[in-house]
Amino acid sequence: MSTSKRIPVAGLVVVAAATLAACAVQPPAVKPPALGTAVSAEEVARWDISIPPSGAGLPKGSGTARLGLQVYEQKCLACHGAKGAGKPADALVGGIGSLATAKPVRTVGSYWPYATTLFDYVRRAMPIANPLSLTNDEVYAVSAYILYVNGIVAEDATMTATTLPQVKMPNRDGFISDWPARKR
Amino acid sequence: MDRNDRTKRTPMGRSVSEPRGTIGRRTFLARSAGIAGAAVAGVAASAGLAPGANAQGLAGQPWERVYGAAFTGYGQPSRFELPVVRHLLRPYGDLAPGSGAALTPIESLEGIITPSSLHNIRNHSGTPDIDPKQHQLLLHGLVARPLTFSMESLWRYPMTTRTYFIECSGNSLRALLPKPVQLPAGAIHGNISCSEWTGVPLRMLLEEAGLQPQAKWLLAEGADSAHMSRSIPVEKALDDALVALYQNGERLRPEQGYPVRLLLPGWEGNTSVKWLRRLKATEGPTHTKDETSKYTDPLPDGRALQFTFEMGVKSVIARPSSTMTLPRPGFYEISGIAWSGAGRIRRVEVSTNGGATWVDAALTGEERAKCLVRFRLPWEWTGQAAVLQSRATDEKGRVQPPRKELIAQFAPDMRFHNNSIVSWAVGADGSVKNVYI
Repeated sequence: MSTSKRIPVAGLVVVAAATLAACAVQPPAVKPPALGTAVSAEEVARWDISIPPSGAGLPKGSGTARLGLQVYEQKCLACHGAKGAGKPADALVGGIGSLATAKPVRTVGSYWPYATTLFDYVRRAMPIANPLSLTNDEVYAVSAYILYVNGIVAEDATMTATTLPQVKMPNRDGFISDWPARKR
Repeated sequence: MDRNDRTKRTPMGRSVSEPRGTIGRRTFLARSAGIAGAAVAGVAASAGLAPGANAQGLAGQPWERVYGAAFTGYGQPSRFELPVVRHLLRPYGDLAPGSGAALTPIESLEGIITPSSLHNIRNHSGTPDIDPKQHQLLLHGLVARPLTFSMESLWRYPMTTRTYFIECSGNSLRALLPKPVQLPAGAIHGNISCSEWTGVPLRMLLEEAGLQPQAKWLLAEGADSAHMSRSIPVEKALDDALVALYQNGERLRPEQGYPVRLLLPGWEGNTSVKWLRRLKATEGPTHTKDETSKYTDPLPDGRALQFTFEMGVKSVIARPSSTMTLPRPGFYEISGIAWSGAGRIRRVEVSTNGGATWVDAALTGEERAKCLVRFRLPWEWTGQAAVLQSRATDEKGRVQPPRKELIAQFAPDMRFHNNSIVSWAVGADGSVKNVYI
């Protein structure tokens, strides 16, 4: 086969390939489906259990450490020990001032930056075998108790949607956000 | 015995009934080749044996002379592979048997895809038993239109398929213990797996709901009894986040988030929230328990890093590795896995002399970002003591750090993001031990 004959053939192949490629990369002009179902604010409220540091979304209700002790003894002590000392599960109390030492002790009292996280976590995940079972008053009360045994609030301090976010945790300023990511 | 209940296994994964000291070479070869039966048959044939020979003296194993098993609806591995199971890490014991982790037996696997049944698991309150007909995903907060999605509707969206690793940020926790533990590689470094994931780009659902400009974070929450939740920057949600529905071609396994999980490629495993039930667009992070009290990285000065999402560049030699024995000098293939949360792996170097010199290993899968890469290097073991190490470099130029260098940056009780170099010491007797260099 001569060179002069091969060139047009090769050219045709290129054209054909380009045409095919053009066809292949053209997506069909179809909008993505919109299959979500509108949901009412009331329904959203039944699902929305996350509580940010502002306290937005905290429910009505209240509790003190005195009442919280009863909740704690019934629902928490078996795993978290007397006065939150821990064992068999995590300690909830102690370690304040230890974080920069050779033996840091990280508990709700020493490490957690926000009291709202305590309410959020107890309500969503505890007691471990029966989460979402405590009343709002019980969650406020047991939160008050954990804060009290850590020496962060007074025994008669009432935790509510207003007062809980105002609790200043000892390690409130102990975190450095790594987002947006640092250069490493 | 139920496969999944085999929590105890001998270091090399052999069955408990096998006498100690008889394994060495055979197990190593079987694990290297992944074909125990063929290896044994080959040995028999080359030795001139004629097991089950018929009247004409033709060779043929017993299973060649009987009709095989009938079809099964869902396949299982060979009974000879039953010892290959996940390594369970249950910090609360029977108090909370579903809280902790199940680590992939990387010392027994090859290639870059982890079988779904051996995928690593990090569960905070066990695996929920979710009926997909009842399960809903709620998308709300700073959006124009709060929406719920049924599984029936999610299954109808256009899908994307990608291969990504998932590494728990607590992987290699046991390599932070003061003294090196003598456990199989997977029991130390196996909180890493890699699968093909198929699902709906999260961006598509966010666009449908009309994400508002002031939304900078998404609170993602699971339908497990911990309601495990993490705050996710919107940038990631709009980038490569998937609402994953399928793993390795089939719908997600319950342990991997059935029927729907978030998948944030390259990021801390727990941000890929399983059993996804809710996404709430917010201005700031929610500061959940698992992004404050846990999954934060304490510094020596008492402060701690928070929201370190990306997993570092890392590699580990899977074979030979801790608790194995090399029966005699000769050829061994050094084989391992490497990955980076920042993108592709560019290079894996291997040292057989404790880091004095390094050689580039051959790579498989390095064209994929945020995916496991298999590295291999042929090695002639002379019978002298050796220390095997691997060191990965990613496309951003980041290099896996030495152990001492990494731990010096953090408080003594650091637990997460240990991507430091792993060292296996081979003794003159062929034993392989976990060591710190």
